[in-house]
Order: sequence, then structure tokens, then C-alpha cells
Amino acid sequence: MSSQLFAPGHTACSGCGMPIAIKLILEGSGKDIIVVSPTGCLEVTTTRYPTSAWGVPWIHSLFENAAAVASGIERALKVLNRDANVIVIAGDGATVDIGIGALSGMFERGDNVTYICYDNEAYMNTGVQRCSSTPYGASTTTSPVGKLSFGEDRPKKDLPAIAVAHGVPYVATASIGYPKDVIRKIKRAKEIVGPKYIHILTPCPTGWRFDENKTIEIAKLAVETGLFPIYEIEGGTLIKVKKIKNRKPVEEYLRLQGRYRHILKGFKDQLEIIQEIADKNAEKFGLDG
Amino acid sequence: MNDNIKILEGSMAIASTVKTCKPNIVSAYPITPQTHIVENIAKMVADGEIKADYIRADSEFSALSTLIGASATGARTYSSTTSQGLALMFEALFNASGMRLPIVMTVVNRALSAPLNIWNDQQDSISVRDAGWIQLYAEDNQEACDLLPIAYKVAEDKEILLPTMCCMDGFILTHTFEPVIIPEESLVDEFLPPFRPDFILDPANPLTFGAYAGPEIYTEFRYQQHNAMIKAEEKIEKAMNEFGEVFGREYGLIDEYRLDDADIVIISMGSLLGTIKDAVDEMREDGIKVGILKITSYRPFPKEKIYNKIKGIEKGIVFEKDVSIGTGAGLLNDLKAALYGKKQTPFLYGFVLGLGGRDVGMNDIKDAVKKVKTLELEDFGFINLRKEVL
Repeated sequence: MSSQLFAPGHTACSGCGMPIAIKLILEGSGKDIIVVSPTGCLEVTTTRYPTSAWGVPWIHSLFENAAAVASGIERALKVLNRDANVIVIAGDGATVDIGIGALSGMFERGDNVTYICYDNEAYMNTGVQRCSSTPYGASTTTSPVGKLSFGEDRPKKDLPAIAVAHGVPYVATASIGYPKDVIRKIKRAKEIVGPKYIHILTPCPTGWRFDENKTIEIAKLAVETGLFPIYEIEGGTLIKVKKIKNRKPVEEYLRLQGRYRHILKGFKDQLEIIQEIADKNAEKFGLDG
Repeated sequence: MNDNIKILEGSMAIASTVKTCKPNIVSAYPITPQTHIVENIAKMVADGEIKADYIRADSEFSALSTLIGASATGARTYSSTTSQGLALMFEALFNASGMRLPIVMTVVNRALSAPLNIWNDQQDSISVRDAGWIQLYAEDNQEACDLLPIAYKVAEDKEILLPTMCCMDGFILTHTFEPVIIPEESLVDEFLPPFRPDFILDPANPLTFGAYAGPEIYTEFRYQQHNAMIKAEEKIEKAMNEFGEVFGREYGLIDEYRLDDADIVIISMGSLLGTIKDAVDEMREDGIKVGILKITSYRPFPKEKIYNKIKGIEKGIVFEKDVSIGTGAGLLNDLKAALYGKKQTPFLYGFVLGLGGRDVGMNDIKDAVKKVKTLELEDFGFINLRKEVL
């Protein structure tokens, strides 16, 4: 069904994780939805006038207001006695940085909106600039490796935790490496009234610099190393975690990606810190098992 | 006395009129001196007097963004803001007009920071004159109310589809108790048909809104907005005529006062006109042939109508509460552009006054007219400047 809702022929890069996420989201959501997207890769690759890849109603307004636009749609549907699930599909830059104010407002008002962040860990549409979702150690065009720099020097902002702190009733993370899990979480979100937040890792061959046939492998490795834990939080309680048997060392994830090449070549301290991030995730979420 | 006349604070009068326009969604963020309008509407929603949903937005930017979503879903929408709030909306203003969403907003006119100043001038709305919104300016609270149903009727017209700002001076109008007739709900129903847009967000007919447009098509979108704004001139006039027939109160894109034999025309917008009218009455008693051209519609700017009214008059004096830093002022510059190349146009003087809430008295107006007559003033300047503190 999702092929009718999201047509081929869009202009996303070969191997892009985002359209994979879109298809999974639509598989889970069905057609009775209204999608809001901010400015970003998704918007420019799927809606160049007069074409559109979308077989569901879709609106783009600005970069930082998708959550507010979604609130308006949801309230209008209620007042006009119409029914549709309102879903935001937004990139990480629009979510964790410039749009976080509007997102906080939507969470706090309790509007019945499913907000999905597809996370490629930088401003990819403008040419791989870092954002607060960029992980520690990654080289981007505005956190480049150099004589005085090992790349991004701050850890990834934990937006799911910020959502939980707002009392959002359903918060989940997912990776396109696990398609059934993504679909299940979209379906679960549908059953819950109020704001929902789902954060999906979508590897970017262009920005992360890996071979375009490695997208799914990398999406899995992020999880298998513990760098991107997959979990569900309902009503503030951690209810489900994807356990990892024989958690892999982070090098296995890093070495496939150009953005981390320098780390493996000579930044030993930073490599240790990245391993510590994975270890802490494993401890916090009980990933090992 | 008309039984329907009530003595109401301007903000309450606005809220009561908004109610008669039956918006589905109101979304706003509180900011002085707009607060009483949205407080009154929130109370009406809380009491079930108005069947709208009120979205308590996290900022003015979000307030307008929620209305973009709601309007695209087919809801009639309303907001109100001022000054910094309008500036924060800047990006969304262009987005709403570009998507041709007929949102109506009361702009309570107030000065912009820095220095921080919460009092009245018109710098805020004048500064967004190119955002693709219709802009109507009210002289008094009755007009501020009556412009609302007119605004909805024009904005929602399928040949127009432009968002609209109804501008009223902060404090001077919003916080002043004046006798007003709130448009009767049954008459508003008769005057203003329900909002039934052709294109909405609806799973039964999936459409893409806000697409990405390249250089090969972007200009054509802007051209269509431009044409709709030009077309709005006749639509506003028609709506005002219909309003007059239904409610018995007459308005125009522009209006004149004691202009017939004038050799000086004063041109202005908003609540200044009340003071100017009194000053003109006194000057007329002194034998000075001075009249007034009132501008109600600043966007669209009715260039030909303005020219036809002031053609042949010797001098024009523009009083306005905004400044286009380094070049003049908004209304003055637009008037000069409108009259350029035409014959028998008045020589235009432009004066900035009343910034940041500074009081404007009749003597300020009379003094400026006198000095223009005796050639004591440059053709552009600031009235009432405190030179001792400079």
C-alpha cells in the first residue's frame, strides 16, 4: 500500500535512508493521515512543483514550524468534525535545533499529533553542516577535522529524553535497519491519544560518506554497537528495549563511514570516549543480553 | 440614540466583533497592548459564547504557524498581535500569503525595539507592507470593528485569497472606551458567507501544499499574488458598499474630509485622523483652506483614486507614525511613487510624529500646516523633536 502513498521518482540520493523511513511510516499509518514536513531533504526531494511523490495530503510551511502547523491542523479537524491522523515527518535539524520551540509548545499543549524525526545527524540538505544531533567525533562541514579539531566536540542532543520530560505519553526510537519494528511503533502511536514522538535513525550516504549499498548495514550497526539504542517509553516508563547479543565494538560502525575516518586514524582518546558513550547507553537501557 | 450603541473598550469591541465573524480557530500569544483582545476572546471561548477553539501558542511565530495549518485544513482563522510579535511572525507572514491562506489578523500598532517601547506608532505593520497581506487601517473603534467582516469577505473571495491585517492604534484605540455598534450577528451571517475553500488538506483528495518551486515557476506564483492584490482594490470597495447596504455605515478605500476647495491636503492613516479633523475644523474657521485625504487601504494602495482626489491641490502634507530610516517614511514614499510622472500633483511634505506613543495634539498639526504655508519647514522632517536632548 505504501507505494501508492509515496511514489517512486523522487530525487533523494541513491542509498538515502529517509525514503525507506517514509515508506515504513506510511505502511504503519495507512492513508487517513495528513503529513506535515518542514524544510529539508524530504521536502525538496519529494515536492518539486509541479510534481509530488505524495499520495496523502501533505503540507510544508517553514523550517521551524512543523509542530505548530500540525497543531493547527489537528485542532481544525476537531472543530470541523473531520477525522485524520496528523503526522509530522521532520529532519533532525528542524527538530532538535531550529524547531524545538514549536515542538515543545505542541508537546506541552498535548495536541494529538505523531511527530516523527528522521535523524541523519546533520543539516544534510544544505551540505552536511553539524547540528545538535550530530554525534561526538563526526566531521562535518562546520565541525571539520583539522589541526586543532577532531570534529564535533559535543555529544548528540537527547531529544527523546526531552520529549519524555514534557510528559509525552509515547516516545520511541527506531532504526530503518529494523523495518518491522518501525512499522509496529507507528501503529502503536496511532492507538495513543495525545502527542507522540518517534525518533528514527536514517543513515545518509552523502553526509556520512559510505557506500550507498551499506545503508541498512550501518543502520543496524548503530544499534548493535549501542550507539543508537532502540526503546519505547510509555507514560514515562521504559517498557521495551531492543536487546543486543554480543554488542559490537564501536569501531565496526565507525570504520564504514568517512565522517569518522580521522578518529580511527589517530584520535585514540576520542575513540575511547565514543566507546564510553555506547557503554553508558548499554548500562542506562540494559541493552546487553 | 441607537439602542445597539454600547460604550466598550476598543479591545472588547474587537473581540465581540470577532465573535460575530465565527472563526473556527483563534491562535495567539499575549503581547501588550494586544492582550485585552485575546483575553476577551479566551473568555468567550471558556464561556461557550463562541464555538471556536483557542490555541495557546508558544510564540507569535507559532501562533501564525498554527493558523497556517488550520486555514489549509479549511478553518476560518483569527489572530491578533503587535510590534515584536509581528516582527517574530515575519517569515510566516510571507508563507501564509504565498500559500494564499485567508487568515485575518488584528494588528495593534505599536513601536518596535530598541529602545524598548510598548506605546503606539505604526512602524510594525508599515514594515511588513510587502508581505503580501492586505492592510486596512482604522480611524476609530467603530471602523476597527467593521473592517473585520469586510476583511474576511475579501480575504476569502476565491479571486483574492490573501491574508489580511486590520490595523488599529495600540492604547489610543484598543484601551479607549468609545461608543460602538457591534455588528449584529444575523447581519454578519447575511453579509459574510461561510468559509468553503476549494483546496484543503483532506485524505479523500490528497493534495500537496507548500511545494518547492524552482526558478522556472517561482516568479509566476509571486505574479499571481501581485495580481490578486490589485484585484482586491475593487473587491474591497464592493465589500464596503455591501457592508454599507447591510449595516448602514459607509467606508471607502480612501475617504475625504473638507477637501472640495482645499489648497492644502493632509494625508494620514489611523487614529491620527481624529486629531487632524479637529485641527482642520479650527483652521477652516481661521480661513485656511485645508482638507484631509484618509487612507484606509494601504495594501492594496489605490493609486488612481488617490491621484484623482488630490489632483490640482497645491500642497500635500503627510503625517505618519513611522519612518523609513534614511529615506523618508512609508506612506510618504508610496504616495510619491504613486504620483510620479502625473500632472498637477501637489508638492508633498512628509512629517514623522507620534513615535513610541508621543502624544500628538491639534497644535502640532496646525503648527506644521502654518510652517508649510510660510515655507519654514523642509519637505521632510520629525515633528516635535526634543532638540535639547540630542
